[in-house]
Amino acid sequence: MSDTLTEQKPVKPPKQKRPASLWSDALYDLRRSKVFIIAAVLIAILVVMSIIPGLFSPVNAFDSSTCDLTIARQGVSSAHWFGTDNLGCDTYSRVIYGARISIMVGVFSTLATTLIGGLLGLLAGFYGRWTDTVLSRLAEVFFAVPSTLGALLILAVVGRDNAGIWTVVLALSVLAWPMVLRIMRAAVMSSKSQDYVVAARALGAGPGRIMQRHILPNAVAPVIVVATMNMGVFIAAEAALSFLGVGIQSPDISWGLMIADARNRFLQAPEALLFPALFLSITVLAFVMLGDAVRDAFDPKLR
Amino acid sequence: MGRYVVRRLLQAIPVLLGTTFLIFALVYALPGDPIQALAGDRAVDPIFRATMREMFHLDDPLIVQYGYYVQGIFTGDFGMTFRGVPVSTIFEGKFQVTLNLALMALVIEAIVGVGLGLIAALRRGKAADTAILAFTLLLVSVPTLVSGFVLQLVLGVQLKTSTGIDFFPVAGTSEGWRSYLLPGLVLAGTSIAYLTRLTRTSLMETLRADYVRTAIAKGMPRRRVLGRHALRNSLIPLVTYLGADLGALMSGAVITETIFNLNGIGRQLFDSVYLSENSVVVGIVTVLVLIFIAANLIVDLLYAVLDPRIRYE
Amino acid sequence: MKNPSVDTHLLPADSGTIGTEPLLAVDNLHVEFTTRQGVVRAVNGVSYALNAGETLAVLGESGSGKSVTAQAIMGILDMPPARVPKGEIRFRGTDLLKLSENQRSQIRGQQIAMIFQDALSALNPVFTVGWQIAEMFRVHKGMSKKDSYTKAIELMDRVRIPAARQRVNDYPHQFSGGMRQRIMIAMSIALDPDLLIADEPTTALDVTVQAQIMELLAELQRDSNMGLILITHDLGVVADVADKIAVMYGGRIVENAPVHDIYRNPAHPYTKGLLESIPRVDMKGQELYAIKGLPPNLLDMPTGCAFHPRCPFRQDNCVTDVPALHAISGTRSSACHYWREVLDGTAG
Repeated sequence: MSDTLTEQKPVKPPKQKRPASLWSDALYDLRRSKVFIIAAVLIAILVVMSIIPGLFSPVNAFDSSTCDLTIARQGVSSAHWFGTDNLGCDTYSRVIYGARISIMVGVFSTLATTLIGGLLGLLAGFYGRWTDTVLSRLAEVFFAVPSTLGALLILAVVGRDNAGIWTVVLALSVLAWPMVLRIMRAAVMSSKSQDYVVAARALGAGPGRIMQRHILPNAVAPVIVVATMNMGVFIAAEAALSFLGVGIQSPDISWGLMIADARNRFLQAPEALLFPALFLSITVLAFVMLGDAVRDAFDPKLR
Repeated sequence: MGRYVVRRLLQAIPVLLGTTFLIFALVYALPGDPIQALAGDRAVDPIFRATMREMFHLDDPLIVQYGYYVQGIFTGDFGMTFRGVPVSTIFEGKFQVTLNLALMALVIEAIVGVGLGLIAALRRGKAADTAILAFTLLLVSVPTLVSGFVLQLVLGVQLKTSTGIDFFPVAGTSEGWRSYLLPGLVLAGTSIAYLTRLTRTSLMETLRADYVRTAIAKGMPRRRVLGRHALRNSLIPLVTYLGADLGALMSGAVITETIFNLNGIGRQLFDSVYLSENSVVVGIVTVLVLIFIAANLIVDLLYAVLDPRIRYE
Repeated sequence: MKNPSVDTHLLPADSGTIGTEPLLAVDNLHVEFTTRQGVVRAVNGVSYALNAGETLAVLGESGSGKSVTAQAIMGILDMPPARVPKGEIRFRGTDLLKLSENQRSQIRGQQIAMIFQDALSALNPVFTVGWQIAEMFRVHKGMSKKDSYTKAIELMDRVRIPAARQRVNDYPHQFSGGMRQRIMIAMSIALDPDLLIADEPTTALDVTVQAQIMELLAELQRDSNMGLILITHDLGVVADVADKIAVMYGGRIVENAPVHDIYRNPAHPYTKGLLESIPRVDMKGQELYAIKGLPPNLLDMPTGCAFHPRCPFRQDNCVTDVPALHAISGTRSSACHYWREVLDGTAG
């Protein structure tokens, strides 16, 4: 096929004015994406919920005096929108207060893995040779351990007394960074061989400048995509670990923990389980949608 | 092909050593008293401590300790429980349950995922495609933790009480293969979504390939172009994904087995975590990681069988 | 050209030509693609004809519409995004565009066959070459597996692949580029088609191999009396094999002539430019001529004659008036307002 339309690709329409760079192009696409807007609104609400839960719930869920054992395991009512749990605490306020842990674990685990994996990936991709060999082999070893399973192991060993949000973040990050490394490394290696980078090097630009000016801007896009997608994965993993009893511990409030607490009486009083489950799913959905929209915007090939 | 297999097997060795060392290091080399860690919250008797220290070679250098650990793995010795029962005996029977569950999930995943992916690829850009993509988005977003309980309630309990259809047992393995239907579906959830998307992209890519155009130019009927020429090529990534997923499904079965009360190794893992029997936890995690690595290795070899370009490298 | 009455039924393969109807007649063909950026008119009223035993070279650069025309004849355009709003493609008097997809797939491979540029990607990587050739006999002729493989080996011998019997179970990537193209050729001539379309069959090959492949194609054509359409951007490759040449530019035919006439004296400035940009031994030491400017943007075609921005013969009306394909002799035509000046070599 010598003259199919693929060769005409660089041609830009004459009338339609569109931004030229990948970044502005991506932002332009994002602003028009319905999926992105829905996801962004949901995430904005969740973030506000996790910072100022009092805005959504008049009852302070951390105040145990608000619980009343005589009204335990009640269904949906006007006083308790989502019913009450085993201890007679208001499920609605607990669900609202539970957002904080999920968002924090999602954000900080993503931050940690992106920084570690991104930095190591940059080094491996940029310097190649033995740096690459060592880092890639190392990543392969960590990659071979399924991350939820590995996190379960770490948290089980660390013990319940030391468990909390930061140990969960740590346990998840320790095993999840290699994915970011792989993406970053591949992106760096492909942009390193681009003609303009070779040219910049030939003109005597130092490694620092080349990384900062030429390679990072191109390599960052795929990393952002994978980071956004990971956020939802981490949130689901935190819920799973807390459900299994090695993650967040009472009296902290986590949706996974709430599901675990409601589990034994699930068939009799499903509300106490279903509402945290619903919020958990919506939160993960919001981040998955965000990841999808960001990927579509940054990777026009997949359209 | 022989050279490829040998090379791939050799490549697996450092990963295997590295991974076992990682697990080992996470457990035994963490600061603190490893015996206390193994014992969990219990108080430790000094005599017991001494025995344990000797049994786990804790007074030897770290690398020697690791040597003993690896040796144990290769001889099927995954350590002792707190009560002195070998961990390997705990696996008996439970391994089969987890394997059954993972296989059921794999079958469901293959049928639903490939089916939906094919429809989406052939109806690219149409309503069916959009609906399927939205469905996969939803599927990825509902954690096993949620889908497990919800399906148990809806298909297992409410379906029975409202229509009398008692097809999906909600707990245990007493109903034979039917016992695995609901948990299998739950376990397959996220994988179905990934496989659907993978099938869609893979088929869309092959449909654009030059050799598909050649097949059309050869006058092959549309069904043959799709079913033989395109599908045979699209299958390569799908089969390899499914193979690798078997390992992932087995190691991801903890929550599903817990919810549906299946007596597999995942459930055992949950119980051991609950009882702070950390030596069992380590043993199970080691086995699952080894299965995970083995599955990935087998997939690489499978790749060579499916793709002649690799076979004759 | 006038439209003769169109036969809607398929003609038997041995019917030959009816009266003056050629083997293949493309008549005022238009093809357009709907893209995100707008409608691309890739082919704008192309007409050419070919008789049995004749070789037509279609010459043009990327985007000239030469391959799209071939794909339209073959019926392998993706529709959508492609669309054929106008035109006819008559094969033995039958308009192929009016046939059902089913009828067309009966013609494809059996009566009209095609060879592609890159044999490596055009052959299926996961099937042996023998399987891929034998498939023609199994699907179209219902032959047994064994017989079809015997036929496949015969064909591989015929296109001179050494040790065909041993190599029949090899995969495409195990062959060299030239051998792969021979396999493509073997596959395409398997069922003795009446018309063979070769889309840049030698572009991906070394120069020495190019000559061997062209020779093989010419030989096969002589033996079987099939019509051959050679699509190329390289005048040099087709000079010895083609009977006539159609030069395409911007989705139109700009010049149509017997091969010697074009070489001796082109009647369109674009053809003239192409000829002058071929390196020649007798012009050693002189600077090589190159056509100025860039090929036209299909989304934003120049007004008037598509070639006017690059044309040394340009006059004012070239910018506004689309030149028709003027007949300049019984066998030649040119789509240039000033073909006389081009022939005389004045101006420019």
